Amino acid sequence: MNGPWTVRRALGRIGFYTFVAVVTAFFALPMLWLAATPFDATPGLTPSVPDLTLKNFRALRNNPYALGSLWNSVLLAAGTAALAVLCGALAAYSLSRVRIPGRDALLYLLLLLSSIVTGTAAMVPLFLLIFQLNLIDSRTGVVLVLTGGLLPAAIFILKDFMDGMPKSYEESARVFGASPLRILRDVVVPVVRPGLATIAVWAVVNVWGNFLIPFILLLDPDKQPAAVVMRTFYTEGGAPNLALISTFSLVYSIPVVVMYLFVNRRYGFRFYGGIKG
Amino acid sequence: MALIAVFLVFPAVWTLYLGITDYRLTGRAAKAPRTVGLANYTDALTDPRFHNALVLTLLFVFGSAIVGQTVLGFTLAWTLRSARGWLRGVVETLVLLAWILPSSVVAFLWIAFLARDGGTLNLLLGTPGTAWLVDHPMASIIVFNTWRGTAFSLLLFGAALGAVPPSQLETARLAGASVLAQLRDVVFPHIRGHLLTNTLLITLWTFNDFTPYLITAGGPNQRSETLPVYIYNVAIYDGQLGFGSAISLIMLLINLVIALFYLRLLRERRS
Repeated sequence: MNGPWTVRRALGRIGFYTFVAVVTAFFALPMLWLAATPFDATPGLTPSVPDLTLKNFRALRNNPYALGSLWNSVLLAAGTAALAVLCGALAAYSLSRVRIPGRDALLYLLLLLSSIVTGTAAMVPLFLLIFQLNLIDSRTGVVLVLTGGLLPAAIFILKDFMDGMPKSYEESARVFGASPLRILRDVVVPVVRPGLATIAVWAVVNVWGNFLIPFILLLDPDKQPAAVVMRTFYTEGGAPNLALISTFSLVYSIPVVVMYLFVNRRYGFRFYGGIKG
Repeated sequence: MALIAVFLVFPAVWTLYLGITDYRLTGRAAKAPRTVGLANYTDALTDPRFHNALVLTLLFVFGSAIVGQTVLGFTLAWTLRSARGWLRGVVETLVLLAWILPSSVVAFLWIAFLARDGGTLNLLLGTPGTAWLVDHPMASIIVFNTWRGTAFSLLLFGAALGAVPPSQLETARLAGASVLAQLRDVVFPHIRGHLLTNTLLITLWTFNDFTPYLITAGGPNQRSETLPVYIYNVAIYDGQLGFGSAISLIMLLINLVIALFYLRLLRERRS
C-alpha cells in the first residue's frame, strides 16, 4: 500500500523539478546576455563568464545619440505622465461627482475606444493627423498621441478612486467657501494620491518602452527616444557594436525594473492586474 | 458649476474627437487625393499579401497567445501554487522580467539568442550555423511572444487559483480524482471568468503587437509579416497611405469585435 504511493510521489517531484528547471532555463537564457555582456572585456553574441571591466560603458559617451536619446525618453515619459495625470484627474473628478444621463455609457465608450484604437491599428490615421497638424518631428506631437491613448484607461481607474472618497470632505470645504478647483487641489488630490501615482508610473512605463509611435512620428535622431535609437545600433552600418548595445540596453532597462519593484512593493499587482484585468 | 461643465464636456469632446478623427481621416485618406471609392477595400481584400498577413496573424495569436501564454501561464500557476517561497520567487521574477523589459531590448536579446554564429541556442543544441530567424521566422516569433507575455497569464491565474476553496480540492483528492479530473470539475468552474478575460485580452494585445517587426521586420520574404507589420510596411514605409488606412480600418473592425465581446462579458460579470 505504501510502496506505490512513495514511488508516485517521487516521480511527481522529479517531474515538478524538471518542469520548473526547463521553464527557468527558457526564461533565463535569453536574459543571460544582458547580465553578462556589458561587463565583458570582449563582448560577443555568446554570454560568457565575463572578464570584468567597466570600459564598455565608455561606448555610451562616444556614441553621439546614446545619452541624448535616454534624455528624450525621460522628456516624453515625464510629459505624457504629467498630462495624463492632469487631464485624467480633472475628467475623473467631474465624472465621479456629477450625475448625467449616459455617464456609464460614455465611460464604456471611452474604454472601448482605447482598446480598439491601439497604436498599431491606428498608425495610419495617427500619422496623417499629426502630419496635417504639422507636428511630425515634434516631441509635443508624440506626447499628445501617447496621452490620448492612455487617457481613457486613466480616467476609468481614477474614477474608481474618486468614487471611493466620501463626499462629506468636499461639502465641509464648500461650507468654508472654497472654489471647486481649490477643493480639487487641497481636498481631493491628497486623498487620491495613490491613484495619481499609479497612473503616473503606469504612463511612464508605457511610454518608456513604446517603440512604434516615436518610430513613425520622429525622424530626427536628435529627438528620438532610446527605444528607437537602439534599433539603429544593430540594423544599420555593418557589424553591430556589441559594447554599445549591451551597456545601452542595461542602462535603458534599469529604470523600468526599478519602477516596477517600487510599485510592486507599494501597491502589489493591482498596478497591472487592476488596469486591464 | 461652469468649471464642472467644462470638465464634463472635455472628456466627451475628447471621445468624439478620437472617434471622428480616426474614422473620418481613415475614410478621407481612403478616397484622397483621387476618389477611388471602395477600390482600396476591394484591393485589400483580394491582395494575396493581405491574406498572407491575416493567416500569419491568426497563427501568431493562436500559437503564442492562446496556446503558448495561456497554457504555460496556467501550468506554471498550478505547479507553483504549493511550491516553496524562494523557488516561486525566482521563477516569477524571471517571467515578470521578460514582460517588463523594453521591447527594443528584448528584441535584441532574442536576435543574439537565435544568432547563426555564436547564438546561445545553437551552442546549446549543438547546431552551429542554423539561422533560426531565416529558416523558421514564424516559429521564432511565436516562441518569442510566449516568452514575452506569459507573465500576464501567470499573474491572473495565480490570483484566480487562490480563490478556489482548498477544501473542495482536498475532497476531490480524497475521493481519488485524478489531477485532470480535479482541474476539470473543481478548478475550471471557479476560474472560467478569468480564463475568458485572459484569452480575450491577450488575443487583443497579441493581435496588435508590433514587436515582431523589431526582430524579423516581416522577413524573409514576408514569411513573418503579421498585420501590424504589413500595415507599417505598406502605409508608412512604401507610402501607400490610402491603401494602408483601408487595411487599418479592417483591423480596427476586428479589434472592435473582440473588444465588444469582452465588454459584454465584463458587464455581465458585474451585474
